[in-house]
Amino acid sequence: MSVVTNTTTIGAIDAPSRRNTELALVAFAVLISVFAYANVGLALNGELPAGMLGYGLGLALLGGVAHLAVRRFAPYADPLLLPLATLLNGLGLAFIWRLDQSERFQALTTFAPAASKQLMFSAVGVALMVGVLVALKDHRILQRYTYISMLVALFLLILPMFFPAVNGAKIWIKIPGVGTIQPGEFAKIIIAVFFAGYLMVKRDALALASRRFMGLYLPRGRDLGPILMVWAFSILILVFETDLGSSLLFFGMFVVMLYVATERTSWIVFGLLMSAAGAVGVATFEPHVQDRVTAWLDPFAGWGKEAASEQMAKSLMAFGSGGTLGTGLGQGNSDLIGFAANSDFILATVGEELGLAGMMAVLLVYGLIVERGVRTALAARDPFGKLLAIGLSGSFAIQVFVVAGGVMGLIPLTGMTMPFLAAGGSSVIANWALIGILIRISDTARRPAPAPAPSPDAEMTQVVRP
Amino acid sequence: MSELTLTVMRLGFLAVLWLFVIVAVQVIRSDLFGTRVTQRGSRRTAADTRPQQARQQQAAPPQQRQQPGRQRRGAPTKLIVSEGTLTGTTVALQGQTITLGRAHDSTIVLDDDYASSRHARIYPDRDGQWIVEDLGSTNGTYLDRTRLTTPTPVPLGAPIRIGKTVIELRK
Repeated sequence: MSVVTNTTTIGAIDAPSRRNTELALVAFAVLISVFAYANVGLALNGELPAGMLGYGLGLALLGGVAHLAVRRFAPYADPLLLPLATLLNGLGLAFIWRLDQSERFQALTTFAPAASKQLMFSAVGVALMVGVLVALKDHRILQRYTYISMLVALFLLILPMFFPAVNGAKIWIKIPGVGTIQPGEFAKIIIAVFFAGYLMVKRDALALASRRFMGLYLPRGRDLGPILMVWAFSILILVFETDLGSSLLFFGMFVVMLYVATERTSWIVFGLLMSAAGAVGVATFEPHVQDRVTAWLDPFAGWGKEAASEQMAKSLMAFGSGGTLGTGLGQGNSDLIGFAANSDFILATVGEELGLAGMMAVLLVYGLIVERGVRTALAARDPFGKLLAIGLSGSFAIQVFVVAGGVMGLIPLTGMTMPFLAAGGSSVIANWALIGILIRISDTARRPAPAPAPSPDAEMTQVVRP
Repeated sequence: MSELTLTVMRLGFLAVLWLFVIVAVQVIRSDLFGTRVTQRGSRRTAADTRPQQARQQQAAPPQQRQQPGRQRRGAPTKLIVSEGTLTGTTVALQGQTITLGRAHDSTIVLDDDYASSRHARIYPDRDGQWIVEDLGSTNGTYLDRTRLTTPTPVPLGAPIRIGKTVIELRK
């Protein structure tokens, strides 16, 4: 080895644990959020907001606790997942607080200050993430609960059917004294566990038994069973709960995981055809979905007549008024959107006050979270972990696409929330849990293999050399 | 608040937001440029960060020095899965034992009906030569075409077959 020659070695860079990078980035994310908060206060009232210290300390505490938990329980985890989530959560809090200050918004009958509640929900979410890291020592334990998680997810999805519709969609359950919960957000994570466990076992049957036809592998009729089941189920959600978002999310997640498990492009083709057929079919007879489609095709036609399309039109105008560099934090008029401006439509505020430049940065942060998830899946050394990581990051990506596309008028609007950014307890709590599971999988994937135990025989035994 | 201050803050906020994104991308640069090129001669300095390898080098017995050519060719740095469901997975070889099998605590968990739960292991002997050993598996471990009966040294690039999975050691 000590012979000096001109030959070179090409080797992988050792993956250090990079916890200090993570700490620095979390601190940076908290500073950006406090900057946003101060900027809103200065623009609206000309002075630094009174709650700035408390808000900054609260967010820093959440980030710090989460970081310490990762340092203690998942030392080899990906260094980016936590800071990216902290930044989105902090920006979301600043935007929600900004909308709370708006007089137009306060005049609404449905108004209730949401920022402090959101901070509380974030704390619960971070606590749940820490809980996931402490309790889930190895993500492969989840594999044991494949079919139980299917039952739990079905239960959670069916539950809202028995509660009255809120704003046209039955995705809420109301528990007296606790408040409303959106079980679909939690079902998203649980059903990913089921899909991962199921596809890991069944993927050979789905991938190998097929005929080739026009460059596509056509699966056998009986292997179509599972995808038809999931499709039928997501159509049922659409019909009975009139929730286009969840329906798209579950079907999309299944198709993504099926494709990753089997490497068959034909599943993507089938999935796209089936979701298009299902959406068109349901839209022809379901009035709530029809309204959304009309508002999407021509948002300005319903101006002054119909609330849904007027809201859509106002969201588009907010994006337009923002332009390239935005109007500046606290100086936009996106509060005109009124109801749901701080939940479903929060991206309109981002688009108006930060402009295209800020919107791109925020979307890139979402993209980076998804990228880290996919990277975790690639690095995972067991098939279940691979599929679970791809399922969770896939569902995250689909959710961001469905919400952002809806608010920007690319696809019909659905009643889903932007992860971390939008006001909503269930969403922020469930997404912190999702990040927790991804951190756990990435910790297992990046952890160096354990050193061999010193064996007492090794010193005694001579290996016979040929 | 003056118009100027607000404009500066607005642009400053966008700049800081983008700075965060750029710093984050810098952190994951290693994914894109995940290889490093080291000169063989400067291995000594690089060895500080790899104590295990350094120990192996210092402890290398004199017989090894007599065959420098063999040692140069025969020092794999990573294990690559080249066929099977885990194709593309690589594990850096740093003096640790690598276990293969369907058991969940294996270093490489094989999802393969033909693999046993504790199928085989790959470990370095005291000279740093990598050895593959079958752990009494049902279907056997094959090095090239021959079924293993005893722990056998693994040459670079030789395919180790376990069920439908093929593994190679590479530099």
